[in-house]
Amino acid sequence: MRPTLAVWKFASCDGCQLTLLDCEDELLAVAESVEIASFTEMSSATVDGPYDVSLVEGSITTAADAERIRAVREASGILVTIGACAAAGGIQALRNFTTVASLAGSVYAHPEYLDTLETSTAISDHVPVDIELRGCPVDRHQLLEAITALLAGRRPVLASYSVCQECKQRGTVCLMVAHGQACLGPATRAGCGALCPSLDRPCFGCFGPAESANTASLATRLGEIGASGSEIRRLFRTFNAAAPEFEKESVAHDA
Amino acid sequence: MAEARAVLLGTDGIERLVGLLAGRGYRTLGPVVADGAIVPGPVNSSADLPRGVHDDQSPGSYRLSRDDDPSLFAWAVGPRSWKAELFPPGAVVFRTSGTGSEVQVVPVLDDAAPVAFVGARPCELAALGILDRVLGASEHPDPLYSARRAAAFVAVVECARPAPTCFCTSMGTGPAAGAGFDLALTELVGDGGHRFIARAGSSVGDSVLAELGGRPVPPAAWDERAELLERSEAAMSRRLDTDGLAALLARNLEHPRWDDVAERCLSCGNCTLVCPTCFCSALDDVSDLSGATERRRRWDSCFDLGYSEVHGGPVRSSTRSRYRQWATHKLSTWFDQFQTAGCVGCGRCITWCPVGIDITEEAAAIRASDGETVRKDGQA
Repeated sequence: MRPTLAVWKFASCDGCQLTLLDCEDELLAVAESVEIASFTEMSSATVDGPYDVSLVEGSITTAADAERIRAVREASGILVTIGACAAAGGIQALRNFTTVASLAGSVYAHPEYLDTLETSTAISDHVPVDIELRGCPVDRHQLLEAITALLAGRRPVLASYSVCQECKQRGTVCLMVAHGQACLGPATRAGCGALCPSLDRPCFGCFGPAESANTASLATRLGEIGASGSEIRRLFRTFNAAAPEFEKESVAHDA
Repeated sequence: MAEARAVLLGTDGIERLVGLLAGRGYRTLGPVVADGAIVPGPVNSSADLPRGVHDDQSPGSYRLSRDDDPSLFAWAVGPRSWKAELFPPGAVVFRTSGTGSEVQVVPVLDDAAPVAFVGARPCELAALGILDRVLGASEHPDPLYSARRAAAFVAVVECARPAPTCFCTSMGTGPAAGAGFDLALTELVGDGGHRFIARAGSSVGDSVLAELGGRPVPPAAWDERAELLERSEAAMSRRLDTDGLAALLARNLEHPRWDDVAERCLSCGNCTLVCPTCFCSALDDVSDLSGATERRRRWDSCFDLGYSEVHGGPVRSSTRSRYRQWATHKLSTWFDQFQTAGCVGCGRCITWCPVGIDITEEAAAIRASDGETVRKDGQA
């Protein structure tokens, strides 16, 4: 019998789930290898759990979701989080730096209808997570690698080092050193294949902190090459604003 | 000077060299401008070379500039060393097919054409010599490196415009070309016009030189070369004091400077990946959904936490211990292992460190307070 796979959505944009559907060349092989038992982005037909593997997208922003993730954990053999929201609270964790009331009032005509938590938090803040895939969105190759590795019973090959290493491996000339651009690559976890720098766009840190990230030293250098304090704060406070290393650095540049 | 094996070429000589190498089946790589840097790229004609392009380097910074200088090689070194062609950043070691008792190991054959480097620097030639020792001459030579290296043709160009980050004179690797080249070129742009002294350093180089033509090198051209090398040496302001350096570092493993540099170090690994002698690699076994597997090799870095992972965890968990490992390997323990320094003084690690950490400055700081042990933290 094929292992069962379920895909869950919490506070998120659905982009990481779509990355699974975006595996066009491999999608049929995936569907033959696992039984996609619950994936409402793809099909409204679902099969009840428990599930061998769950892919969890999104962050926890409501009390109801804080309960639901426990049920998902209960029903799942292996729980894989997909994306920056699930790993660190996502872009919606910008709320963690202010109050929901101040934001809701400026967006919604009737903010009183909202029932939401003051913070957006990572899945691992609520339940044990077996594998965390980073990125906004996740990298297609990493997603396939995780599924393939789980099916083969081996540990997935996932980088924890910096984006710089992928730039150097693919031969991209350093945007920071050769062009003076403010790049988060030296503090950001690899796994994207250094996609943005290869297209002349400095890394904006969507994979979150690399292991041993030295954000303070990087921020000092970014200032030396011309980035203002607010630019540095913005760099660290975007897709992984609530990742502890990035949060600490952005707070250090609060006006 | 073995003048019998040297000729003077005009600029058309470079064009002939490129054509001749192509005719011999080489894939010729030379310095080309791409993405704001001078990097190895395909050279089909001398027009592809960076005429009048200069590199302005300082710790953590690299910029190109252009002027009407007719020189093709008036720059120092770019971010990518030639290492990547012989020891690629990623390679499949072998594949397997089948499952269970039917597993077959399928070797992966390297079908890359022999490569010719036109415009390697003397320091880079020295780096190839070091890699030959590490990867080629060990008890278990690396098959991919050894095969590509044996087939490679190296035309080195002596340095006329070192960068402020260069310190090859300290390491004894430049600006003149040492041994190991097939062809050594010196670009002259003095009163005698734009021409090149070409010297052969191998039997293949000899045969290429014979085909190249050219005319005997007049004494004035040799004089011009000597003046050029003298100027280059004088221009090299950065120094690494190598006197007793290996022992100095070996007895200062608890020096507080390692804490100081760890505060600045990003642990990003750039220094190791631009280094022309860093040779570490990691193996990943991966499979696809069909069950086919590959063993892949990729460049690794001693700045990664995973690099020192053994049973129970990584043995170098702090950035301090990782920087110390890298610097002491280059300048101290490399001697124990391979009887040379692991550094050729190309300065890449200084320029391409995003925060401009300078290995010569770190070594000098330790020398200045040899024996100091007061630590800022309690970590090992």
